[in-house]
Amino acid sequence: MIAIEIRNLSKNFKEKTAVNSLNLSIKQGELFALLGVNGAGKTTTLKGYSIVSQPQKVKENINVSPQETAVARNLSVKENLELVASIYGFDKQKTALKVEEMLRSFSLSEVSKDKAKTLSGGMQRRLSIAMALISEPQIVFLDEPTQGLDVISRRELWTAIEKLKGNVTIILTTHYMEEAEALSDRIGIMSKGELKATGTVSESLTQSNSKTLEEAFVLLATQKEGAQ
Amino acid sequence: MRVLTFTIRNSKEMIREPLNLALGIGFPLVVLVLLSVIQANIPVDLFVIERLIPGIAVFGLSFIATFSGTLIAADRGTSFLLRLFTTPLTAYNYIMGYTLPLLPMAILQIIISFIAAFFLVLTLNLNVLLSILILIPAAVVFIGFGLLAGSLFNEKMVGNVCGAVLTNLTVWLSGAWFALDLVGGWFEKLAYSLPFAHAVDASRAAIVGDYSAIMPHLWWVIGYAVVTMLIAIVVFKKKMTSDQ
Repeated sequence: MIAIEIRNLSKNFKEKTAVNSLNLSIKQGELFALLGVNGAGKTTTLKGYSIVSQPQKVKENINVSPQETAVARNLSVKENLELVASIYGFDKQKTALKVEEMLRSFSLSEVSKDKAKTLSGGMQRRLSIAMALISEPQIVFLDEPTQGLDVISRRELWTAIEKLKGNVTIILTTHYMEEAEALSDRIGIMSKGELKATGTVSESLTQSNSKTLEEAFVLLATQKEGAQ
Repeated sequence: MRVLTFTIRNSKEMIREPLNLALGIGFPLVVLVLLSVIQANIPVDLFVIERLIPGIAVFGLSFIATFSGTLIAADRGTSFLLRLFTTPLTAYNYIMGYTLPLLPMAILQIIISFIAAFFLVLTLNLNVLLSILILIPAAVVFIGFGLLAGSLFNEKMVGNVCGAVLTNLTVWLSGAWFALDLVGGWFEKLAYSLPFAHAVDASRAAIVGDYSAIMPHLWWVIGYAVVTMLIAIVVFKKKMTSDQ
């Protein structure tokens, strides 16, 4: 079953085209990684789909972890999680259960009473993603979730994301090739606002006649329009 | 329920910022004590407690705009608001959530100033309570300024615009520190075309029981409160769309 259907998504910032007529279908439970260099249009695509004019019913079933760590600075870790659960209409009992679950899953129990602004960058990032998942979304958007994290934090986050695969439809943007390879069911390669190629990692390797994803990415991202 | 959740969050964010408390409550109190000491040593008609305290209270309220403006600008700057835009919160929820916590904070701030004045020989009576109530529309003006500034500027600019420009406008153009008719001319006209001097004069009239002098000033403040809030709501909603 198709969970996400994007048709002719375009976004212009004055003269500049950030996203140009993007079409994309993502199956339910699939993890789709949107790969691209900085400024390729990944975040704009994600914002375009996740925020603009979505009906209330859709909003209740999606959640987002933005690229910049978006947490309430003066609220504790626990209060941040409770805030999101409450906005999504959870009652007290369900909120308490979900908060406990998120604290455990993202190794945040020890800092649950600490203010978000006192956490390390890695912990803030984990909290940000936990806030995206606490509402039990059917679709979650993770914008560069491991940017700036150390190797261990990144691996921990990968483990947490892998556990969601199959249950939650995930669109993840990244410019780390190894992250896309490790996590995604399919990838999309974006460059200059256009989706240049979609498919599994092995399909991308075959399509570009490459040995590594990095090589395939460079070839596919820089190919001229109409070229094969 | 969502409004309440968001309101509580915003209250906690503002209250837990120590600089907010220091500036919003501490600073006006320091000024009140200093001017009262001056009055005790060299009696100045303007610094008699009944004339001084309305000015101090309006000056304190100017910090309310900085509180809300800074929070909204920070939420926009850190993508926290972007995160919230994807949730079921509506424009109504945002506006109520950002403005509701400020009204009790503003009233509390006015009351704290008046309690301090009580210890500096202000007589507590019904006129004093009326004087406090009359300052509520002025609080709404500053809440509107905060919503407007937070929607338009980044965190640093809000600090400059509200923290420096607005507080200075309040100091110079409210007639709290010096009588506006001493300067007269365009300066006095400018001061009375803005809400600050009217708010101080309405509160002063109430405190001395000059009831007929209240409304001519209070209408100005109420007018500014309505217009400022309406402009702030329109701008916030417009920025909400363009930020997305």
